[in-house]
Amino acid sequence: MSERSAKLIKGATGDWEIVIGMEVHAQILSESKLFSGAPTAFGADPNSQVSYVDAGMPGMLPVINRKCVEQAVRTGLGLKAKINLTSVFDRKNYFYPDLPPGYQISQYKNPIVGEGEVLIDLKDGETARVGIERLHMEQDAGKLLHDQHPDHSYVDLNRAGVALMEIVTKPDMRSSEEAAAFLRKLRAIVRYLGTCDGNMDEGSMRADVNVSVRKPGGPLGTRCEIKNVNSMRFIAQAVEYEARRQVDLIEDGGTVKQETRLFDARAGETRHMRFKEDEDDYRYFPDPDLMPLVLDQAWVREIEASLPELPDAKKARFIKAGLSAYDASVLVAEKESAEYFEAMLAAGAEPKAGANWLNNEYFGRLNKAGLAIADGPVAPEANAAIIAMVAKNVISGKIAKDVLDIIWSEGGDPRAIVESRGLKQVSDTSAIEKAIDAVIAANPDKVDEVKAKPKLASWFVGQVMKATGGKANPGVVNALLKVRLGLPEEG
Amino acid sequence: MTTLPGNLTEFTLAEARDAVRAKKVSSKELTTAFVKAVADARPLNAFVTETPEKAIEMAMASDVRIAHGEARALEGLPLAIKDLFCTKGVKTTAGSKILSNFVPPYESTVSQNLWNAGAVMLGKTNMDEFAMGSSNETSHFGPVFNPWRARNSNANLVPGGSSGGSATAVSGNLCLAATGTDTGGSIRQPAAVTGIVGLKPTYGRCSRWGIVAFASSLDQAGPMTRTVRDAALLLKHMASVDPMDSTSVDTPVPDYEAGLESGVKGLKIGIPKEYRIDGAPPEIEALWSNGADWLRAQGAEIVEVSLPHTKYALPTYYIVAPAEASSNLARYDGVRFGHRARATDDIIGLYEKSRGEGFGKEVQRRILIGTYVLSSGYYDAYYARAQKLRTLISRDFTEAFKTCDVLLTPATPGPAFGVGEKTADPVSMYLNDVFTVTVNLAGLPGISVPAGLTANGLPLGLQFIGKAFDEATILRAARATEQAAGFAAKPAHWWRAA
Repeated sequence: MSERSAKLIKGATGDWEIVIGMEVHAQILSESKLFSGAPTAFGADPNSQVSYVDAGMPGMLPVINRKCVEQAVRTGLGLKAKINLTSVFDRKNYFYPDLPPGYQISQYKNPIVGEGEVLIDLKDGETARVGIERLHMEQDAGKLLHDQHPDHSYVDLNRAGVALMEIVTKPDMRSSEEAAAFLRKLRAIVRYLGTCDGNMDEGSMRADVNVSVRKPGGPLGTRCEIKNVNSMRFIAQAVEYEARRQVDLIEDGGTVKQETRLFDARAGETRHMRFKEDEDDYRYFPDPDLMPLVLDQAWVREIEASLPELPDAKKARFIKAGLSAYDASVLVAEKESAEYFEAMLAAGAEPKAGANWLNNEYFGRLNKAGLAIADGPVAPEANAAIIAMVAKNVISGKIAKDVLDIIWSEGGDPRAIVESRGLKQVSDTSAIEKAIDAVIAANPDKVDEVKAKPKLASWFVGQVMKATGGKANPGVVNALLKVRLGLPEEG
Repeated sequence: MTTLPGNLTEFTLAEARDAVRAKKVSSKELTTAFVKAVADARPLNAFVTETPEKAIEMAMASDVRIAHGEARALEGLPLAIKDLFCTKGVKTTAGSKILSNFVPPYESTVSQNLWNAGAVMLGKTNMDEFAMGSSNETSHFGPVFNPWRARNSNANLVPGGSSGGSATAVSGNLCLAATGTDTGGSIRQPAAVTGIVGLKPTYGRCSRWGIVAFASSLDQAGPMTRTVRDAALLLKHMASVDPMDSTSVDTPVPDYEAGLESGVKGLKIGIPKEYRIDGAPPEIEALWSNGADWLRAQGAEIVEVSLPHTKYALPTYYIVAPAEASSNLARYDGVRFGHRARATDDIIGLYEKSRGEGFGKEVQRRILIGTYVLSSGYYDAYYARAQKLRTLISRDFTEAFKTCDVLLTPATPGPAFGVGEKTADPVSMYLNDVFTVTVNLAGLPGISVPAGLTANGLPLGLQFIGKAFDEATILRAARATEQAAGFAAKPAHWWRAA
């Protein structure tokens, strides 16, 4: 499969391998629901986005939303998956107040998308392949509100009928890092495609994680399904906890029973919900209100032709442009960072310098300020201008950071700021020599030390930079210092 | 032109249309006569809800249009609507306690089509609960009585079902025509035993939107009328392709009335040999051969055909229909609308009590059957197998139609039976649909036309089955049969004295 290094966990009886598969529910980005015209906007007043179909009123019939089908096909293509030109909607029958018709319309035996794959990005530029088993469309349920009244529960049907894609992987992940990396990558792909906003806080993306453990290379163990894993951070926590629980259980002489467990984010643990045999019998059967969904191959090709460049292709292009695999992965991980970087390139930034600048300086500042890229105060063109000035020795790297700070808090054009505030780098040797002479004269003891230990030259560089207000060209300072101090060229 | 009948309620739909259009009678006069007939006929229990004020209001609006020369196809013609069609602002019960207080905020596509054509609503007709029954005895609102009684008998007979209220309303001259729905014979069987015409169109011909669902892959709305011409006229204005119903089919709706009199000369009429069942009453056999003779005499060619999987039709139907029903009826849970049980401890209790109190015995029986056949471990043995049989039954018809244009069969295995006679034995009740269910399973059009009387004076019907979307040909054959049979008998209006 992949050449990645296995990450095993230690038990009393030796090493154990974690095997992870995932079922991700991703809300399809569309104006209206899967089978009704009701809107899907997040955060509306309870029951303000409910059609008679969603409410399960007598005589109401579902009508498939073409846009949702297109989005599912688009996602399937983005997962390099087989598109099934004929798929079937089934009814999954169970009673619950958040499910007005008493059944969820889903795809059971014949999903719209078959096998595909996702390449996940691991540490040090390593990648691994995670197989996709299938993708199918289904309806979301409504929401019960238990905190509105002392002894009544309320139902909000705004989500009822909203289109979801359930994406099921093969059991191809081997560590919590890989599980998190998969979800990150999947999220990036659907966001690039514009088929899901990937917003885990609002529940637009939810993951159920199947975890089992086995002796390395041994047969697969019994899996437990962990529900309610709704953040990237929790994925790793939930997997680690669950794998350890299973190893301890087996090593204590117990056996793992197939069950559904709930992740409790507060306690950082998984808790028993129900055993497999206690699950409802869903009595799946083809929904007689809907004809089999038949897609036109030409339409699928049209959708394929309209796909945007996806993270893997973008990453390859960035690497070709001179970026390290690591920098390229970081930049393509989020659609917004990639777009920001591309805007910098369009403004003339040199790729390698641009990537370094973004990853080391600008994104760090955004993180610290808790700002999304879209809300950041500095335009890509301004960042491009700053690194262009560094490249042309107009300003030093240090001044560049100052310029970024100024624009961050005050705005403005970087070139004009450098000009008006006199931040231009000094390359005039006579001015620099003067500063060097002053530093040498003031520190005769250091001069002796540096002759014995040439590495101390950097102390002199710092002093000279300080004396010139950071504007001296560090390269020039270095060269002149070596001459003055009589140090060897190399070192 | 038409001559006015002595009593306005004796009009056929087409006659009334012509008379209203010619301003020989106003819609208000006509409607008033029917409103009175409906009120007088309460002993028959044909209506769950009467809407006299609405009827008069609609009639007066029609009269204004007629005066302005803006009459539409069914302008001012009073109809009865089966209580399975959702009617905006008018209680729609599906014959069930669980929907006994349900007032839809929307109008079904079929009824809306009728109002758009100018028709007037007299009220909502009684029916078997959720259309599950063949005698109208499973209704929460009590049984409907057949206007017909056997010669020298005062015993009440059933009007068939599930569209029993509509059948009685049409047969008893309580409306010009009515809508019905047919899942396994619910239009054709009651039509046959009340001496009227009932047509189940091809699946997909009429929209199911706004019709309370029983078995979605089988349900189809259709006309119930006093004449074949009326069926042609009413179907034209019920049918439409509907973007709200994914199973409705986008195919032109022809002017059925136009081709009605073209006769059957040269038509090949298939007689399916498997429909000769052991123990069928000789009267049924005689009626069937009479029917063939009449058509032959008019130039049709009679050919014997085979539908080899016919014997599997009833078992197949009683797996597929309950399976779909068990899912379709899950929404009646006491949470959002309809009957809600009091004093329950938890949500499961609310479901169990609301459904236990709200559904009658027959509906519960079918929900249980349907739940069972879909359960894991039984699905393959029942539901999956029934689906395969359904395909085979459908293929039987495709094969048969290679050698004939329409099929001729009896509509029912016998005449109307007594109230209470078959309620204790569900299987004998289910056998009523033996000649009609195959048509639903294959999605084909079928029409029942009155063709004779039993020895003790009860109506019997013949059925024509057509190719998909070829309602025109079965209407033509039915019209030829209607003429040849000269069926003119009428039930005595005994209920007026009651």
